[in-house]
Amino acid sequence: MTDETLYPEPFVQLGRRYHFAASHRLHSPQLSAADNFRIYGKCNNPYGHGHNYTVEVRFSGAIDPATGMIANLADLDAFVDEHVLSPFDHRSLQEEVPAFQEAVPTTENLCVEIFKRLRLFPTAKLEAVRVEETSNNSFEYAGNEQGMTP
Amino acid sequence: MVYVTRKIEFSASHRYHNPALSPEDNRRLFGKCNNPHGHGHNYTLEVTIAGEPDPVTGMVLDLKELKQILEREIMERMDHRFLNYEVAELAGQIPTCENVARVIWNLLQPKIPQGGLYRVRLYESADLFADCYGNGARGRA
Repeated sequence: MTDETLYPEPFVQLGRRYHFAASHRLHSPQLSAADNFRIYGKCNNPYGHGHNYTVEVRFSGAIDPATGMIANLADLDAFVDEHVLSPFDHRSLQEEVPAFQEAVPTTENLCVEIFKRLRLFPTAKLEAVRVEETSNNSFEYAGNEQGMTP
Repeated sequence: MVYVTRKIEFSASHRYHNPALSPEDNRRLFGKCNNPHGHGHNYTLEVTIAGEPDPVTGMVLDLKELKQILEREIMERMDHRFLNYEVAELAGQIPTCENVARVIWNLLQPKIPQGGLYRVRLYESADLFADCYGNGARGRA
């Protein structure tokens, strides 16, 4: 085995990916109809459009020697289902999620909203939330702490 | 600083079972993963090395060497093995993704020049992975 002082134990994070589908429309009431169309383009379509979102979450914490786990996956999955997947899956984000009646449901804002919800998970520390809106666009938020991914 | 990542894949079986707990507690805690005959995964391992490109070779490290280290330290030890019974470093531990990643980090760290090993990411499936960083570090994307 390795020498503890020369080679300290690593900092370990557990990563999990979840999937949901939802519709959104990018439209800011603070902008004119013309500006909304100019800025958001197709995404300003009044009827909305949808994506298959992938949410990647990373948690840190001590590895429990009895289970080998940072967080019990069944507990984590149930928490994410209750706080993110059930309220968002097959929904219209701006019509059915209160936070997006205030904020434009861009995936930047979605990332922050998911982070706010999942940081309340009781048995591990949320490090980051990364949301893939499509396989080509992804957004990551790790709170505002120094040293975190922008 | 430049980050270089090498990916390898291996297949292995494992079982989650804590002998200090009752059979009922093991089943409750670990569910399907407690099956006495074990089950397996195709693991994907991404190893990231951080460094400055050498001015002569233009390389952070010789990827051939990294490939040989991964072959010797990880593939020979873990590929087509039952992790609980055949990997000495995991003896007495539950071979969760977190623990397997940690063991891989600890195996690789002494083989890579000091400070060079930046991240070990081990995927147990497309939707479950564990990351290891040097102590105190926090993850980049």
